[in-house]
Amino acid sequence: MSLLTKKADELLGWVDARFPLTSNIKAHLTEYYAPKNFNFWYFFGSLALLVLVLQIVTGIFLTMHYKPEALMAFASVEYIMRDVPWGWLIRYMHSTGASLFFVVIYLHMFRGLLYGSYRNPRELIWLFGVGIFLALMGEAFFGYLLPWGQMSYWGAQVITSLFGTVPFIGPDIAEWLRGDYLTSDATLNRFFAFHVIALPLVILGLVAAHILALHEVGSNNPDGVEIKKLKDKVTGIPLDGIPFHPYYTVKDMVGVVVFFIVFAAIIFFAPEMGGYFLEANNFVPADPLVTPAHIAPTWYFTPYYSILRAVPPIGISQFPGVAAMGLSVLAFVFLPWLDRSPVKSIRYKGNLYKGWLAAFVISFLVLGYLGTVPANVWGQFGAWLGKADIATVVARIFTAIYFAFFILMPWYTKIDKTKPVPERVTG
Amino acid sequence: MNIKNYITKALVLLMLLPLANLANTEVHLDKAPIDPSNQASLQRGARTFVNNCLGCHSANYMRYKRLEDIGLTEKQIKENLLFTAEKVGDPMTSAISKKDAKKWFGVAPPDLSVEVRARGADWLYSYMRGFYRDSTSSTGWGNCVFDPVTCKVAMPHVLYELQGEQVLDHKTHQLTLAKPGRLSVAEYDALIGDLTNFMAYMAEPAKQQRNRLGWFVLLFLGVLLVLTYKLKKAYWKDIH
Repeated sequence: MSLLTKKADELLGWVDARFPLTSNIKAHLTEYYAPKNFNFWYFFGSLALLVLVLQIVTGIFLTMHYKPEALMAFASVEYIMRDVPWGWLIRYMHSTGASLFFVVIYLHMFRGLLYGSYRNPRELIWLFGVGIFLALMGEAFFGYLLPWGQMSYWGAQVITSLFGTVPFIGPDIAEWLRGDYLTSDATLNRFFAFHVIALPLVILGLVAAHILALHEVGSNNPDGVEIKKLKDKVTGIPLDGIPFHPYYTVKDMVGVVVFFIVFAAIIFFAPEMGGYFLEANNFVPADPLVTPAHIAPTWYFTPYYSILRAVPPIGISQFPGVAAMGLSVLAFVFLPWLDRSPVKSIRYKGNLYKGWLAAFVISFLVLGYLGTVPANVWGQFGAWLGKADIATVVARIFTAIYFAFFILMPWYTKIDKTKPVPERVTG
Repeated sequence: MNIKNYITKALVLLMLLPLANLANTEVHLDKAPIDPSNQASLQRGARTFVNNCLGCHSANYMRYKRLEDIGLTEKQIKENLLFTAEKVGDPMTSAISKKDAKKWFGVAPPDLSVEVRARGADWLYSYMRGFYRDSTSSTGWGNCVFDPVTCKVAMPHVLYELQGEQVLDHKTHQLTLAKPGRLSVAEYDALIGDLTNFMAYMAEPAKQQRNRLGWFVLLFLGVLLVLTYKLKKAYWKDIH
């Protein structure tokens, strides 16, 4: 042993006597045994963590130059785009990262639906995950106000108004959220505080809990079998488990590079993504006196926005739509207790679940599309249907399917014809 | 106005959004001849912008000095373009005050720094070629690109001496040149093409750099992908 490695070992020993460094590296990386049969869908957890780090780092640099003040916010973003060295790159990384965060998270959640990752004993992992998803939606919403363009302003105005529909206390809630009678400098300042410190702290805490819970019970896999049930008699290592490091670190590196290729292609060649990531109207400074003709949220909120628009009001109250939108997001919370299937993975579930999952994905995508366009996009039905907007009727049908996927789940998963689950993973 | 009232109004507005869009009749836009690599065109566009637009419109997020991007030297900028500022590092700010402008035109002329990103190059190219004589409007000019429904616009046709005067056939919605200006139709279109090209550059000065750099980044990532993939294969060869 050379002198240098001996010194390094001594130093590590010194640290380990005072801080659980080696034991934590072992517990979470080199001796955390993950199933060896992870497939494509298992890239998105590590990618979500990567995007989180990217958003925090680019966000810190943006904060150095951004001014959270109504008269200066828009100009300071353009200042970043022009006068701050590499500011345009940092800004596009942040704006593209926001959208890709949702791409990654949606695919990560879909993985959970495919392989039953939310089921016993992983209910808490799932609940922490839903918490992260909710916090992320808030984070994205607050951040979207900061460029102080027309879409920023009116998007915030519309969403805070939604709280105003809550019976009795709504208007007070909306005013309390904005800190003013309408979206203004006060709103911008507090949204900035939520965006750069409050919600990032919540997200980081929940991510830590999410990973700790995961490493406590162990990862699920595409077969939905528990690898901890069959361990090597001598070593106690799961027969189908491999150490996370180096196997999944090198594998995830490939995923990271592929992600970066997509990320870079967007940043360098299409940062606006045809108006889906950066909307044209947001290059017009916020003007409280001019309402844009078409206000739509960014693409990652459009499925829920569609549900909001699809649910008809009761009397003059828009609250049913708002409540339905809230429930459509919160529905994910109940999944672990709605799924009554004897098997976890879609590989061994029957056609009934597969059909419902497909219907859910299609309704999510259709609602997502409809949320980006005006309700009259497909024209109107004839007089026999009261000249209703075709798109609205379609949105209503898919809203019903969206909720039916959750509400009917206890029944269709119970009567579904499942296949026998193997003892060990099938690779 | 109390808060409840306000929120009800906001929600009514939300419900009416589809209707607002219904009224938004589409207008045909001509394709703008954008070529960010054509420095001569960008320079001609900069000249047109400084000579004709900057009187009323600012481009406050753009500094004169940045025009070195399009192949001008600091000396050339100072001698030919620096009308509204003292120093070459100053932003391109209009000489008229917002207050005056509002009094004269009804609205303050908007800042044009990022106009092309907000409206699109094709819109700008069509708009600047879409003015016609309208004796019913306060300025004497109309423009259906700006507002397809009313064809009203606050901005007068600043370049009418160059383009001449067009008239609108209200049945066919076609514009015809009634009184030729100093430039032929082709020359005027080229002038507006250059102006649009410049304003597209000005909307995002880093765009050229970003596109160039992008290829190197993708090339690097391509190589890195091969290496990481081989590394993964090497580690995983024993796992079955």
